[in-house]
Amino acid sequence: MRVLTDPAVTKISGFDLERIRKDFPVLSETAYGKPLVYLDNAATTQKPRSVIEALNEYYSGYNANIHRGVHYLSQKAGEAYDRVRVLVKDFIHAASEREIIFTRGTTESINLVAATFGRKYISAGDEIIISGMEHHSNIVPWQLLCEEKGAVLKVIPVLDNGELDLASFQKLIGDKTCLVSVVHTSNTLGTVNPVKEIIRIAHSRKIKVLVDAAQAMIHSTIDVQDLDCDFLAFSGHKMLGPTGTGVLYGKAGILEKLPPYQGGGEMIESVSFDKTTFADIPVRFEAGTPSIADVIGMGSAIGYLSTMDRKAAGMHEKFLLKEATAALEEIPGVRIIGNSPGKASVVSFVVDGLNALDIGMYLDTRGIAVRTGHHCTEPLMNRFGIPGTVRASFLFYNTGEEVRQLTESLKMAIQLLTKK
Amino acid sequence: MNHSTDNVLTMQAISEIEREIIEEFDLFEDWGQKYEYIIEIGQRLPELDAAFRSDSYRIKGCQSSVWLNCHHRDGKLFFDADSDSTFVKGEIALLIRVLSGQAADAIIGADLAFIDAIGLRQHIAVSRANGLASMIKQMKLYAVGYKSGESHVR
Repeated sequence: MRVLTDPAVTKISGFDLERIRKDFPVLSETAYGKPLVYLDNAATTQKPRSVIEALNEYYSGYNANIHRGVHYLSQKAGEAYDRVRVLVKDFIHAASEREIIFTRGTTESINLVAATFGRKYISAGDEIIISGMEHHSNIVPWQLLCEEKGAVLKVIPVLDNGELDLASFQKLIGDKTCLVSVVHTSNTLGTVNPVKEIIRIAHSRKIKVLVDAAQAMIHSTIDVQDLDCDFLAFSGHKMLGPTGTGVLYGKAGILEKLPPYQGGGEMIESVSFDKTTFADIPVRFEAGTPSIADVIGMGSAIGYLSTMDRKAAGMHEKFLLKEATAALEEIPGVRIIGNSPGKASVVSFVVDGLNALDIGMYLDTRGIAVRTGHHCTEPLMNRFGIPGTVRASFLFYNTGEEVRQLTESLKMAIQLLTKK
Repeated sequence: MNHSTDNVLTMQAISEIEREIIEEFDLFEDWGQKYEYIIEIGQRLPELDAAFRSDSYRIKGCQSSVWLNCHHRDGKLFFDADSDSTFVKGEIALLIRVLSGQAADAIIGADLAFIDAIGLRQHIAVSRANGLASMIKQMKLYAVGYKSGESHVR
């Protein structure tokens, strides 16, 4: 495949797209005999060889259960696992690795906050604020909590261009607000929300803020101390790591006051039938044997990201987004949903009179992987009055040629599907 | 089980139609050609009477909706349907071709092996996007309902 990149990026920083693509074995696969064009990165990113090798090395070299084993293998595995906590801490610039809780993913991270912070601090009549562009995983845990506690869920409206209506947020927030939980980068629209500003406003009223950073980690540099967020949730698999890994960051001062999440091994200090005492943070929130290999794999993913030129990668993603947007805007009947300035490399669109599923299935026959439907953001789709979109989400390893294939194949899909 | 002669004949008819469909799909070289064919027959599916495009006839899938109506004549069941997805309409057209006009017992007993044989299942089975399984279930439910005499099949 011809590899087309932004000449400016190549020139300025020596961003070597061909070399980067070689790091990701899946990218040289085929689908139905055609070169795979993987544009479903917002669902999950592909994994570099170093991550795949880390999993392989763990299982073939030092697989053991960790922390309470006295033997060589257990200690080796434990050290590798614990090292990832430090890597994550540095990656998001947390103050301490005590603030890093390993989870199964963003969804579990959010549920963990709902089950601990929510259980302790939310009561009848209290209000939780989310936004109109949340993923279901940042809606449903709060709905369940509100139902249980008699609390009320409030929603920041979304403007026509896909930005949050901050003026409305200022009016929503009040004396009853107990928590604000907002998405950093929209998985459906690509909108990058002004979370720092939202946090500042909330903190001026002493209200805690959770940031859903599932999409943000791969596209942006996240500094939790600079953001000053109280909680940050993200998934390993959306940032080159294995599935089944995730992180909840929480400020130590808050985590220390929270009750445990699930009960079981690892999270205890001592157990008797009269009284069980719990381990210190973060282990208090990590019951059971963790996903050791996958966490180590997530560490490798962070290692990969840390050594690459992320600024150049970001510039290349902007180039891909610009190319795709310009080409899509030229196709009659295509309407892009979400046009906020500075958005991430995600482009969601509808085609007048055509079903997104039909388009997605056609693109699939051409070896092009996109996602169709409501992208687990049904309320957002209702806001725009559409059942779903076709979403192409680009990552730094995608090429300008792949963008061209997407838009050319889309034209063919439209021709075929509108034929009477 | 003791099938009447009538039912045995209809069972054969179903497998006969399935065999025809399998032979047609054998002509295609790849999934792309099969997709285009399913789209084509979806586009040719007769329009459903607007009266049946209501929630009581709707089978909601994750990414598409199907409206399915059933009526009977001389002990046979007839289906007509619509979807907001042309591909799904194509799938319905295939199901209608196989099941519409058959007796309730034949519909209930149909294993619809052609779905696997034409390679359709591998493209849709893992995805919740496509409501093919729900459609088949609803067609069979109509047949069960008709048999038990408590049906909303008119």
